[in-house]
Parts: sequence; structure tokens; C-alpha cells
Amino acid sequence: MNSRTFYNEILNDHNLHPGHKHDLAEANRELEGVNPSCGDDIRLKLRVENGVIKDGAFQGSGCAVSQASADMMLDLVIGKSREEALRLSEIFRKMIQKQAGEEEMELLEEASVLQDIAHMPARVKCAVLSWHTLEEMLKE
Amino acid sequence: MKETEKSNSWRKDFPLLNRDNLIYLDNAATAQKPECVLKAEMDFYTKFNANPLRGFYELAMEATDSYEDARRTVQKFLNARFPEEIIFTRNTTESLNLAAYSYGLSSLSKDDEIVVTIMEHHSNLLPWQMAAAKTGATLRFLECEKDGSISRKQLKEVIGERTKIVAVTHVSNVLGTKTPVEEIVKIAHENEAVVILDAAQSVAHMPVDVQKLNVDFLAFSGHKLYGPIGIGVLYGKKELLEKMPPFLTGGEMIQSVHRESAVFAPLPHKFEAGTVNAAGAAGLAAAIRYIDSIGFDAIEKQEQKLTALAMEELKKIPGISVLGSDKPEEHCGILTFTIEGVHPHDVSAILDSDGIAVRAGHHCAQPLFEYLEIPSATRVSLAFYNTEREVHALAESLGNVRRRMGYEQ
Ligand SMILES: Cc1ncc(COP(=O)(O)O)c(C=O)c1O
Repeated sequence: MNSRTFYNEILNDHNLHPGHKHDLAEANRELEGVNPSCGDDIRLKLRVENGVIKDGAFQGSGCAVSQASADMMLDLVIGKSREEALRLSEIFRKMIQKQAGEEEMELLEEASVLQDIAHMPARVKCAVLSWHTLEEMLKE
Repeated sequence: MKETEKSNSWRKDFPLLNRDNLIYLDNAATAQKPECVLKAEMDFYTKFNANPLRGFYELAMEATDSYEDARRTVQKFLNARFPEEIIFTRNTTESLNLAAYSYGLSSLSKDDEIVVTIMEHHSNLLPWQMAAAKTGATLRFLECEKDGSISRKQLKEVIGERTKIVAVTHVSNVLGTKTPVEEIVKIAHENEAVVILDAAQSVAHMPVDVQKLNVDFLAFSGHKLYGPIGIGVLYGKKELLEKMPPFLTGGEMIQSVHRESAVFAPLPHKFEAGTVNAAGAAGLAAAIRYIDSIGFDAIEKQEQKLTALAMEELKKIPGISVLGSDKPEEHCGILTFTIEGVHPHDVSAILDSDGIAVRAGHHCAQPLFEYLEIPSATRVSLAFYNTEREVHALAESLGNVRRRMGYEQ
């Protein structure tokens, strides 16, 4: 609907200048997430020690939504415990379904700029791709 | 954003185009329908609805007449010799599958070759991959130049003695290029191969005469020809269709059935199993009459003018590269492009925020994108009811895309 405001500065900045888009030599977990409808392709790498995400990075290509979402997610989850990261992922999904409360959304920090994606079902997959990949990695 | 451009008096025929805030430039995916098509479909249900070909009462006979009239309208449209050379299907995809399952599987064997182009829509590729896998035949590809053209040398190299089927698109749904059908048919027939033409992207834009082209089969979808969704056509030469086994079996396509055997109905019903889409056929016939009333001269002229304008405008925008030929007359209204640094899905989302509908992705032609080494692209496809004002609005919106994505310009 209101995608006029959708590509805002925060999203564009994470897309054009991602802080976490690089290789991670010391990673101990790695998984590829693919969204065939968009052609988004993300390889997520994490270093998890004693149940805490010590570091993380991603590589790949795709639309601005998928790229920015991955970068914002890593901003959020690096330094968090496995449980905290999964909790954030759950909140992110709730936000996309327009079911997250305001307090919960605050926890998502910049990632909350993606809340309007709920209006665009075709793009939801792009936004959720990195979170979905993260969940799969942490479940193992 | 109501359209009142004098140059385009056709718009009023299309109810959906009255919708506010919509610039519809995805006509290659599906075209909008004129009122007369909607009315024809409605008329079938309000005046003639009975199961065509099955009842012996007045109403059912009228339903049958309406359906068979539609077949003759399509026959005339394609200039086929006989009405029974027109088989109604659901769409191009089903038509091509019919050809592959029935003609392909019954005629191919291990040392044979099937030739397609690298530009095929998946619906004219997967059926032939299937036929190759089931019969042991080999699938070979005609490759195109950067501008979409296929050289005579390629044709001579790839089509040969072993070729049994040449299944090619008439117009590429990505590049808009017309393939050299006349030459393909000549070389294929010299090698005793049949030619199957995917006319999904051509029938709405140019006259298509199956006798002049001398193709053996031809497929198209009603919905890209301003007709309803759910009705398509397979044309086949009578002598070929007659020898082919049925594709689907069941009701309607039989003459008599016994416990262990059946005698199939003659053409065209042999290939139309089950209750047919008679309302769709009536709608398609109305669409053809509508196109006839405008004429391809006028359609081509308007689409050509718009394509030339769009191409000129797109070229002015930094970072845009249009795929295929640089000549607008070689695009059949299709302009597929990339914008440097911006993913096509973002391009289409930004255009959408300005009310402009275009397609983004790999356009069901992944092998072509692999061949061109481009991950995906955005496609604008024009129809005669589009206007210069709409093209200017497109150019304005595209000109802002990079900035809206955070680039300097
Ligand atoms: C060249 C070409 N062939 C085949 C098709 C398939 O048409 P349909 O989806 O109506 O079967 C399309 C369009 O989608 C097309 O552009």
C-alpha cells in the first residue's frame, strides 16, 4: 500500500553499506537460505560459543529488502544468547503479521522499519529469509 | 489519473483501465479484457448454458453452436484450412504439453533430436525435457546473439538429419525478438522435422497465418490476446493430428466405449476430453472479433510508436540497460531492462508505489538469463491501449529509482 515510504534511509543504508556483509573465517555454523521467487540468496555464517552468538556475517545477493533485513538482523543478534535471538525472530515474525505490540517492536530496533512489509505479501519472504535461516541454524 | 487522450479511443472499451492510479504495463503476462469479451462470456451463461456436445435438446445445441462458432472464428484468425485443426485447451502450456505428450512421445526415439531456442519460456522447454527423458531423444539449443537474433549459421548447425521436432517461440517474452520462423520452417522441413510454434507473445501483436508460415503446430493463450483466462488453442495440421494418440482421455473424446476398449472421436474432439470451456471459447471469439475491428495495422502502429518512445526515454536514464536489440521495431512492445545496483524486485516495488504495474524476475525463462549472465530483470510490456502519457510517467518514475534507493543519482 504505502510503499512510498518503504525504501527509507535506514533500509537503503543497510542495503548499500551493509556492516556485516563479508566472510567469517572463524564461523562454526553456516547455512544458505534461498527465496526462489525473488532469487534472493543468503549465506549466513555464525560463531556460536556456549550458547551465545559471538559473531555473524552474511554473503549473497538479492533485493534490497532481503539484504537490509539480513544486515539489521545481525546488528541485533550478535552478542545475544541463542534463546534471545530466537525470541527476537519470533517478534520479527509477529511484526510482519501485524501482531507485535509496541514494546516488542522496540526490541527490534532498526529492523522495525520493515513493519510495512506486512502490506506486501510478495515481499514478506524477502524480509523473513535471513531470520528463517537463522532459526534453522540455531535449532540444530 | 483518468485517461482522456484523444489518440487512444480504445481505452474506454476496457473497464479495468478506468481504475484510478493504475498504469498497466504488464501486458505480456496477461492483457486486459474489453467489455465485449466479458459480455460474450456472460452471454454464454445467461443465454446458452448447457453442456456443449452432450445434449440433444435445443439449449444444448445452441451451446454447441456457440462453441463450434468460436472454433471457426479461431480458424479464420489463424487462416487454418479446417476448423478441426483448432483444438481448444486451457492455455499455451497445455497446448504445448499436448503436442509433447501426444506427438512427441509417439514419434521420438533414441537417436532423434528435439531443437528449441535458448529463449524459450519454461512452458516450451519443460515438455521437451520430459519428452527427451522418456524417449532417449536429445534436446538441442539454438543460441541467440546479444540482440536476440539467431544466425543462419546456428540454424544450419543445430537443425539436421536427426532433428524430428523444432519447438520454438515466435516472439521472446523477454527480449521481444521475433525468431526467423520462415527460415526455421524451411530448414526443418528439408530435414523432415515438424515445427511447433509458441505464438503466445505474437498473436496479439501481428497477423499470424499458419498456412503462410507453414508451421505444423502452433500454440497460444486467449488471455494474452485480450480474451478470458482459461482458454487456449493448439493448431495442428490435420494429417498430423489425425495420426496422433489422445492426450487426455475420458468423456467427450470417444465414439464408443466397451469394457476393455474404446474408439476415439474424430478431430477435434479426440483432443478435448471432458466438459469444455465453452464460455471461455465464446469470450476468445469476441476478443478476436474485437481485434479484427481495430486491425493489426492500427495495433502495430500504436504499439510501435509507444515502444520507440519508451526506448528513447529509458536510454536517457543513467544506469539502465535494455536487453535485446536497440531497434524498437524489434521488440514487439517488450522492453526488459536492468538498473545498475538495483534489484528488479525493488524496481518493481518502487514503480508500484507510483501506480505502475510491471513484471520483475526471470520471466519463466531461466536458461536465457543464465546464458546472458544476468540474474534477473524488469520487464515493461505495452499494448495498443497504453498511452504516451503513461510512458512518460514510467520514465519519470524510473528516473527516480536509483535516488530512492539511496544512490547519489
Ligand atoms: C512465450 C510464452 N510461451 C508460453 C507462455 C505460457 O502461457 P500460459 O501461462 O498462458 O500457458 C507465455 C506466457 O506466460 C509466454 O510468454
